[in-house]
Amino acid sequence: MHASEIIIEPRKRASHVWRELWLYRELLFFLAWRDLIVRYKQTVIGVAWSVFRPVITMVILTLVFGKLAKLPSGEIPYPLLVYAAMLPWQFFSNTFGVSANSLVSNANMISKTYFPRIILPTTAMITSLVDFLIAFSIYIALMFWYGISPDWKILVLPLLILLASLASLGAGFFISALNVTYRDFRIVIPFIMQFGLYISPVGFSSDVVPEKWRLLYSLNPMVGVIDGFRWALLGGETQLYIPGFILSTCLSLLLFLLGIRFFYRAERTFADII
Amino acid sequence: MTYALKTEGIGKSYTIGHMRSTHTRNFREALISSTRSLVQRISHPLSSNRELFDIEEFWALRDINLKVSPGERVGLIGRNGTGKSTLLKILSRITEPTTGRASLHGRISALLQVGTGFHPELTGRENIFLNGAVLGMGRREIQSKFDEIVAFSEVEQFLDTPVKRYSSGMYVRLAFAVAAHLDPEILLVDEVLAVGDIDFQKKCLGRMNTVADEGRTILFVSHNMAAISRLCNRVILLDKGRIIQEGDPETIIQAYFAQGEQASGLLVLTPEDKPGAQIEEIGIANEDSQFASSVKVHRDFFIHLRFRVHEKLDQTRVAISVLTQDGTTVFVTMHTDENPEEKRELLPGSYCARVRIPAHFLNVGTYSLNVQIIGRRSGYGRAELDRAQQALNFRVEQTGTISLEVNTARPGVVTPILPWSLEQ
Repeated sequence: MHASEIIIEPRKRASHVWRELWLYRELLFFLAWRDLIVRYKQTVIGVAWSVFRPVITMVILTLVFGKLAKLPSGEIPYPLLVYAAMLPWQFFSNTFGVSANSLVSNANMISKTYFPRIILPTTAMITSLVDFLIAFSIYIALMFWYGISPDWKILVLPLLILLASLASLGAGFFISALNVTYRDFRIVIPFIMQFGLYISPVGFSSDVVPEKWRLLYSLNPMVGVIDGFRWALLGGETQLYIPGFILSTCLSLLLFLLGIRFFYRAERTFADII
Repeated sequence: MTYALKTEGIGKSYTIGHMRSTHTRNFREALISSTRSLVQRISHPLSSNRELFDIEEFWALRDINLKVSPGERVGLIGRNGTGKSTLLKILSRITEPTTGRASLHGRISALLQVGTGFHPELTGRENIFLNGAVLGMGRREIQSKFDEIVAFSEVEQFLDTPVKRYSSGMYVRLAFAVAAHLDPEILLVDEVLAVGDIDFQKKCLGRMNTVADEGRTILFVSHNMAAISRLCNRVILLDKGRIIQEGDPETIIQAYFAQGEQASGLLVLTPEDKPGAQIEEIGIANEDSQFASSVKVHRDFFIHLRFRVHEKLDQTRVAISVLTQDGTTVFVTMHTDENPEEKRELLPGSYCARVRIPAHFLNVGTYSLNVQIIGRRSGYGRAELDRAQQALNFRVEQTGTISLEVNTARPGVVTPILPWSLEQ
């Protein structure tokens, strides 16, 4: 599994990074598998939690934003509007939340064995992806319930999932590396996640944002992802605000690349300070 | 000539002092100190940062040049805090060197701890796969060795039980079994043989011998000189982060012991950045409270310990073991022995502990000490916070006092004077 010649120097060469990641791909899946198994050990309803969490959140958001605040949803049933956005949002927030502690909670592995550290926050993304797929099957059931049939746009969904993965990985790389040195972030994370739910268009459609603020609003990378999901899943005449989507997409990519860069810089001292 | 492993000028420095006054820097401190340094920079553009901040550099390793040929079995010895483990950590790529360069040819496995990555909730079977993957084995490789691993571990019946229900012996056996079936060309091992009961330790050593006989390159760190001399064909002695001597096992092991004998009876440990607590001094003092590397068999003496507590701890336990030269434990004593509830909560500060060892207890001979501090930091589980292994050697000597002819050259580890009754 290891390369045949290894050079150890004060600074790792960039070219090694990708090859190494490939060499250790099995470890990535083993760790994801571990986290999935462990999560539902000694729980009563087990995997059903992956279903309940998004459904309950959907019900609450629909009640608050749809029924109480009476925000518009156009032709689309409000629960469906919320659920289509819940999918990428929970994927993002799960990845973010779990990857934040991924290094600290595996401190022992980091100080006693070698493997590319970036595997740990990436594991969080893989496990969240599994949750996402379970939650997605509920979405299909909901579509039948409301009698909405998907059109060709659903074929774009894999690309949107990729975009959501890149955004959440980028954020995850930053937060996990920061959390190693500054444990303050552990306290801030739940706050960021709660805050993010309200500044992202999860409980409401981004159409309620005034036209002149729309581009500014798209500075939040999740705005593009969520709008993309709604566009691809809800069918009908849902429009995609193109400039905003492009801006959000570019920011997601930037977040991902900067996240990797930041992580590899910080990585060098993990074993010493964790 | 090709080398399996070659290092050129490897060094590792840690900064200690002002910037690392607390174990984990918090964000506010970092912000304040970086702002302050910026202000200082602007107001005194010519002075360097170093002077302003009193950053002290500590070299854990310095200028290590090492060449190991394929098939060589090299032992690394030296007292605690001399950089042995740091060197292994650099070679296994866990941490990066500050200076120098190393190259390794061949598949490497590093075994710095058994059971890394074990998860208590998972079953034995699941943990074998997980631990194997952490150690760098592929799924196929683990599958093909699975039966061997299980047989070696002797926990067959409990394969589908979560390891949290294992006894500690079973846990360690399973963990070592996985590690023992690694198939590297270069094996880096750090003190992992000191686990399990005596029988299992023998089995582990036997396995190490087999691995060695198969012509693999081994780098072995241990305080167990018997294991070192049995396993290695070259030994390197480290002191204060440098290689001070190398050669055949016998010569170097003798030099290592000689090093201990010259000591004053007080060992001051180099600071490492340990969370929770840190052992600072270990000493042997005679009846008059003077540090000495040898004490008299018919006099009381003291084991002295100084340690620093960095944060509030509870469920603390300070333990000292006295060992004979061949590594057998004579006894273990703990600060809670007399009164189990007393002084288990420690506030930050410096502590000094003292144990009186009565006269006529340890027989004439050379002994060494293991020290361990266990405790619970708030927000963490109870864990070992610091330890020093075979840290200080001392001698118990016979004295020429005539009244004590009873004790002349008896065999045995202890030499107590016991109450007899003899009647007719």
